[in-house]
Amino acid sequence: MVDLSIRIKDLVFKNPVLTASGTCGFGEEIADFVDLSKLGGVVMKGTTLKPRQGNDYPRMAETPSGMLNAVGLQNKGVDNFEKNIYPNIKDIDSQFIVNVNGSTIEEYVELTERINALDKIPAIELNISCPNVKEGGMAFGVSCPSAEAVVRAVRKVYDKPLIVKLSPNVTDITEIARAVEGQGADAVSLVNTFLGMAVDANSRKPVLSTITGGLSGPAIKPIALRMVWQVYNSVKIPIVGMGGIMNATDAIEFMIAGASAVQVGTAIFIDPTIPVQIVDGINNYLELNKIQNASDLVGCLQI
Amino acid sequence: MKKTVEELLLIKNTQLNHDNFRLDLKSSTKLPQIFPGQFVNVEIKKSTEIFLRRPFSVLDVDYENNTFSLLVKILGRGSNVLTTYQAGDKISVIYPLGSSFSIPGKDEKVLLIGGGSGVAPMLFLAKICGLDPQNVHVLLGARSKQDHVDITAYKHVGNFYHTTEDGSLGEKGFVTHHPVFKSELTAFDRIYTCGPDLMMKAVAKEAAKNQVSCEVSLENMMACGFGVCLCCVEKTIEGNQCVCTDGPVFNINKLTW
Repeated sequence: MVDLSIRIKDLVFKNPVLTASGTCGFGEEIADFVDLSKLGGVVMKGTTLKPRQGNDYPRMAETPSGMLNAVGLQNKGVDNFEKNIYPNIKDIDSQFIVNVNGSTIEEYVELTERINALDKIPAIELNISCPNVKEGGMAFGVSCPSAEAVVRAVRKVYDKPLIVKLSPNVTDITEIARAVEGQGADAVSLVNTFLGMAVDANSRKPVLSTITGGLSGPAIKPIALRMVWQVYNSVKIPIVGMGGIMNATDAIEFMIAGASAVQVGTAIFIDPTIPVQIVDGINNYLELNKIQNASDLVGCLQI
Repeated sequence: MKKTVEELLLIKNTQLNHDNFRLDLKSSTKLPQIFPGQFVNVEIKKSTEIFLRRPFSVLDVDYENNTFSLLVKILGRGSNVLTTYQAGDKISVIYPLGSSFSIPGKDEKVLLIGGGSGVAPMLFLAKICGLDPQNVHVLLGARSKQDHVDITAYKHVGNFYHTTEDGSLGEKGFVTHHPVFKSELTAFDRIYTCGPDLMMKAVAKEAAKNQVSCEVSLENMMACGFGVCLCCVEKTIEGNQCVCTDGPVFNINKLTW
């Protein structure tokens, strides 16, 4: 028997596989396909204080080994979350994490306070990296002072594990990681999507209503892996790695590069059973290689 | 109905005309119930260019043999590769997905309007709506006779009418030019339509004007098909809604067309 559990601060995940925000709704949407209690955690759809309609259609473009999205944080707001979502998920035996978004620091703080009051939400993922909103989002995550400011403010009102989701659309992601670590982040998750673009040669128009969008899928995996490895060598807090993970081998590579846990995102669109397959695959890998603990894999890259 | 990811066996791939194919798929277990308008999301593995699944509406279901069929029209690289699959190939599908057309009351008179690959759910609906074939009127539009999809198995389910843009089959023009649509519209209790956006919008406009109930099936681009990617949204009177879970079938009174 291997031990798949991993830890972020004092929070124990039964295994290192989480679903990524924006790819699994609030968990319920994929419950037909998988037993949610088999997942290490579920990072739910990005939530804001007030409901958001998101961007206009079209919001998606298929690209080689990936896709662009420009959803723009469509969600029904925190009132709806408290009333209609939280009661359904609070007793599921997994870690349900709220992905917290805002246009201003005040909004981030107010939303965090609301989530802090929900006993069964054990952690938040602070999203300072959404590339598809006009205000807030990635704007906070691309400079050290603004990333520090929002993490500092949220940290003051939140005692549970605080995971900060980083943007890869920066010159040096390790600077931002160190900056948020310095303000008390308990972990960083990386990477959010890469800013990209698709053009329709026939109409000579952009494919997305927003012109640019966020690239995800296997196309970004090598870059995400490199960033995880760089950040692993720069900070002491745990890393939740993501970017194009499609199978257990991909997930294991992220762990070897330094991720304590992984998030599976775009792969869910292709097959919502993939996250649970990855849990089984990591288990098999550890048994086969006679590794006792999943945490022993973290950062074991041999150079 | 519970949604599943399942590997199905392609038992037959039949070319119906120059760009339409019928794929018959068999499940190794009992098929879930599938209603007209619902769709399946198909994984296409034979090309590295294709990353996402492709949605197709269901043409027919045979519960006795646990098979169902899809009408695949070549529209882009995904559908193009899918039509090269051969009997014996395995195809992963996620199904059944989305909402279905409402089932008409037993004495109602209905008009079903299909264009392009939109004929598939119309024929399936005509077959299982439970109405006397006399009350089922099916109007199919195509660019020309060679684009028309002739599915003989459906001949008995209702009264058929055709339009083609070049007049090579049935009335010349669009479906909205056909006499059954132009002069008899108010005789129908319900109109159902699936096909190109422009066609559905033209149908919906007339239906609304004549206060005839009208349901449309939308085809917005989607990544997942089960309500998590939020990419296939359509503007409705209740805000943006997912075509894959709130639709693909919408009553036009819910849309902002």
